[in-house]
Amino acid sequence: MIATETKPTVQSAYRGFKDGVWREAIDVRDFIQQNYTPYEGNADFLSGPTPKTLSVWHTLENDYLSVERKQRVYDVDTHTPADIDAFKPGYINADDDVIVGLQTDVPLKRAMMPNGGWRMVETALQEAGKEADPEVKKIFTRYRKTHNDGVFDIYTPRIRAARSSHIITGLPDAYGRGRIIGDYRRVALYGIDHLIAEKKRDKDRYIDQPFSEHWARYREEISEQIKALKKLVALGQSYGFDLTQPAVTAHEAVQWTYLAYLASVKSQDGAAMSFGRLSAFFDIYFERDLKEGTLTEDGAQEIIDALVTKLRIVRFLRTEAYDQIFSGDPYWATWSDAGFGDDGRPMVTKTSFRLLQTLRNLGPAPEPNITIFWNKNLPLGYREFCAAISIETSAIQYESDEHIRSHWGDDAAIACCVSPMKVGKQMQLFGARVNAAKSLLYAINGGRDEVTGKQIVTGYEPIKGDGPLNFEEVWQKYDDMLTWVVGTYVEALNIIHYCHDRYAYEAVEMALHDSEITRTMGCGIAGLSIVADSLSAIRYAKVTPIRDETGLVVDYKTEGSYPIYGNDDDRADELAKLVVRTVMDKIRAIKLYRDAIPTQSILTITSNVVYGKATGAFPSGHEAGTPFSPGANPENGRDTHGMLASMFSVGKISYDDALDGISLTNTITPQALGQNKPERVSNLVGILDAGMQEGLYHANINVLNKETLEDAVDHPEKYPNLTVRVSGYAVNFVKLTREQQLDVISRTFHKGA
Amino acid sequence: MTACLHLPNHSTAIPPVPDPLSAPPAKPEPRDFREGRAGFLHSWDMVTAVNGPGTRLTYFLAGCPLRCQYCHNPDTFGQDQAEQVWAEDLIRRIRRYQSSFNLTGGGLTLSGGEPLLQPAFTAGLFREAHRLGVHTCLDTSGFLGALADDQMLADIDLVLLDLKAGDESLYRQVTTQTLAPTLAFGNRLAALHKPVWIRFVLVPGLTDHPDNIRAVALKAAAWPNVARVDVLPFHQMGRHKWAELGLPYQLADTPEATREQVEQAVAIFRSQGLNCPG
Repeated sequence: MIATETKPTVQSAYRGFKDGVWREAIDVRDFIQQNYTPYEGNADFLSGPTPKTLSVWHTLENDYLSVERKQRVYDVDTHTPADIDAFKPGYINADDDVIVGLQTDVPLKRAMMPNGGWRMVETALQEAGKEADPEVKKIFTRYRKTHNDGVFDIYTPRIRAARSSHIITGLPDAYGRGRIIGDYRRVALYGIDHLIAEKKRDKDRYIDQPFSEHWARYREEISEQIKALKKLVALGQSYGFDLTQPAVTAHEAVQWTYLAYLASVKSQDGAAMSFGRLSAFFDIYFERDLKEGTLTEDGAQEIIDALVTKLRIVRFLRTEAYDQIFSGDPYWATWSDAGFGDDGRPMVTKTSFRLLQTLRNLGPAPEPNITIFWNKNLPLGYREFCAAISIETSAIQYESDEHIRSHWGDDAAIACCVSPMKVGKQMQLFGARVNAAKSLLYAINGGRDEVTGKQIVTGYEPIKGDGPLNFEEVWQKYDDMLTWVVGTYVEALNIIHYCHDRYAYEAVEMALHDSEITRTMGCGIAGLSIVADSLSAIRYAKVTPIRDETGLVVDYKTEGSYPIYGNDDDRADELAKLVVRTVMDKIRAIKLYRDAIPTQSILTITSNVVYGKATGAFPSGHEAGTPFSPGANPENGRDTHGMLASMFSVGKISYDDALDGISLTNTITPQALGQNKPERVSNLVGILDAGMQEGLYHANINVLNKETLEDAVDHPEKYPNLTVRVSGYAVNFVKLTREQQLDVISRTFHKGA
Repeated sequence: MTACLHLPNHSTAIPPVPDPLSAPPAKPEPRDFREGRAGFLHSWDMVTAVNGPGTRLTYFLAGCPLRCQYCHNPDTFGQDQAEQVWAEDLIRRIRRYQSSFNLTGGGLTLSGGEPLLQPAFTAGLFREAHRLGVHTCLDTSGFLGALADDQMLADIDLVLLDLKAGDESLYRQVTTQTLAPTLAFGNRLAALHKPVWIRFVLVPGLTDHPDNIRAVALKAAAWPNVARVDVLPFHQMGRHKWAELGLPYQLADTPEATREQVEQAVAIFRSQGLNCPG
């Protein structure tokens, strides 16, 4: 039994809860399984926004968001390097803030986080029209080494060559890696005193072992974690809460959990700062307070609305270049929900409905990134409500509960877009992605860059002669070139994560993990559809290379028809599958930092545009310099047999070869789903059920008309809240660059026949 | 299916994929078409909410005896450019999607072109689908309804019947053919209590006169087996196809039907007691 057992607050905090393993060890999953109440009904019980909710949202919109939209960055504090306890408390509307806590002292004001690298901070400040405090600059350029400094001390010549030729882009070597989800629920369930006591015990667990670097790092990291937890206590105090003890009410449970998350976004600007799997956890507290008569449905909804309001205003200081890779100012406060428990009960609660209801009460928005673990056996009332909200807002995404639960258990959550992990027990070493499409062109040109003509990779023979390409020869060369590309890429990732742990350690997030955790290395590829279609063209049609005067292949003449990936045609789809497996096998062959489990994702975020820009023409007819399709999507406009056929093709890629997720973003027009709302809802439910049954991992669903988007490009003022899902996340459409807006518009809109 | 390609000294084996290069499929003989083992296919699609309930595998069969002015798939008029396919290949895909049909409340739709132009092929596909327990739907103008025998109709769960105009003269103007066979087919379906959805394409300046809409509605209302009427607004998405085919397109300047026009038409159908969603 836990040490604080006898304290009266603990007895009061745990009143009415069913005991279990969670009382003896830190085990939030067990607490949830012992105590949550599945909800099988429909959405009729939900409440609209309260006056407080509306007042806070209006203040936010009128005083802050509308200003930010005009000038990109609302404000930056140029004097105070960020930390958990660096800023005094701030409020949107002190009287009406039901859940409190801001990253800085003013909503939307951004903070400097220089541990990742000073240059990034300085550039971002300049782009926001600000100048760094010279003292801060001195500290981070003279006295304090950053993650970025460390990485470039170690990088090898081949990594530098691969970066400068854009075969590898967007590596987290100058910004926070993210994709770590603290188990923020632990603060609410156990209180920080207990968490610190456990960490102290863990720290001394191996005290008798002889010195090794691993042993020293273990002790040092836990010490950092304990310091961070103490700062989190101070953060709570500044807002008037005692986080040392467990939460006693539903309001406290949500507030405690949020403050823990807030501590992480105050101290780290990781690319994706995800929130976890929280609905069933919160729901236990809501159910208890509702039963005790201390809370009404209005009150419960008000708390969730207030929390979601806060999750919508996380801000990091980013550069415009960063925006190319991660467009639209995202931070992936991904909130995972639903799915099944291992015991076969659906993990859908009333709070799962309340979360979706925020999109009605507050209007659509990209964050938090609501992610539903879909399963065709979830209660129909919930599946229909999800579909209805998708149709109204295009703001939610779906991932396969079956794939995730069978690999990562029933307390897993998504970090970022599609990366699953066991909450509090697992983290990812985020690896961006490598350009698998450009690698094919390198294979054909023997390592010469098809855009610049420079010899980037040496020791590889190009394809010679002017005759049509031979599939077997091209495949052999591609396989060889991938060995070099993947080897270089993973070498960079090992270096990056070694340095990130040293110079930009995520102390508070890791404090809310077990002391011994699983790590995955999240590698990734971009350009899958182009490779699949090009290989298919080479194999099934006649492809003749076109050379410039130096012999460099710069274009292709393709004659005859060939199967296209994305149309449920095995001939093309098997080639996509083969590329994924080949890359994965090459990653598997390399020793990884901290014995991480090798994984990859087929996901591009919005790097599909920059990757496309830096890449030449292909046998598939993909033109030089044009955007790749996102993630594992078929080529834009070439999946012509309907949305389900496209889902079936992507569903063939083996999840075991891409454990970090396979992303498919689909857009369908409302008319193509049915003539009226009930028809559309039931048809979307059916499509998701059928797609996931055929192995699909991820369905990022937009229900939109092309005309709406075209109008929004020309009249952004009319669409401040137009939300579209791009690649595992959603953005405010009007925040995308024009180039990216046009890319989204050029994607396939499934319209029916 | 063929064996793996041989890749010497190679770590990654190429998986077996169907390879038409090394195994060219046999070309159907005339008797294969006559007996329904083979047919002319324009394309296929997995579409939702368009060709019957749920998400449906829709085979668009090539060839049509009508020449509707507003046709948005004029490339299905003839069979010369169509793919010659084996029924068993199409049936393999029906089997593959069987569980999806169950989940989406969908099934198989044969559309076109005019499926009844290939009655043996159509009958065979419906036969097999029905045997598999797949919901089946025929999308037809009804002009060749006489070619659908009772056995074929028994294998069809739902007929989407295009009623393109309410009287002979306008029907001829729109389609170049006569209305009577469609009405006869409609009467036969009514006698069999076969569920029917009527489809009516609303073309401004051609089919949108209230008198015409009322005439169509009266005919539909006379058939108690009509479960639903879909008013489909004319659109210009087929315009480029007419141009590509070098065919004269008479509706080049016709505006797309507006929402108001659709609502007015819907009101007329509803006034006859017909179920008209939207």
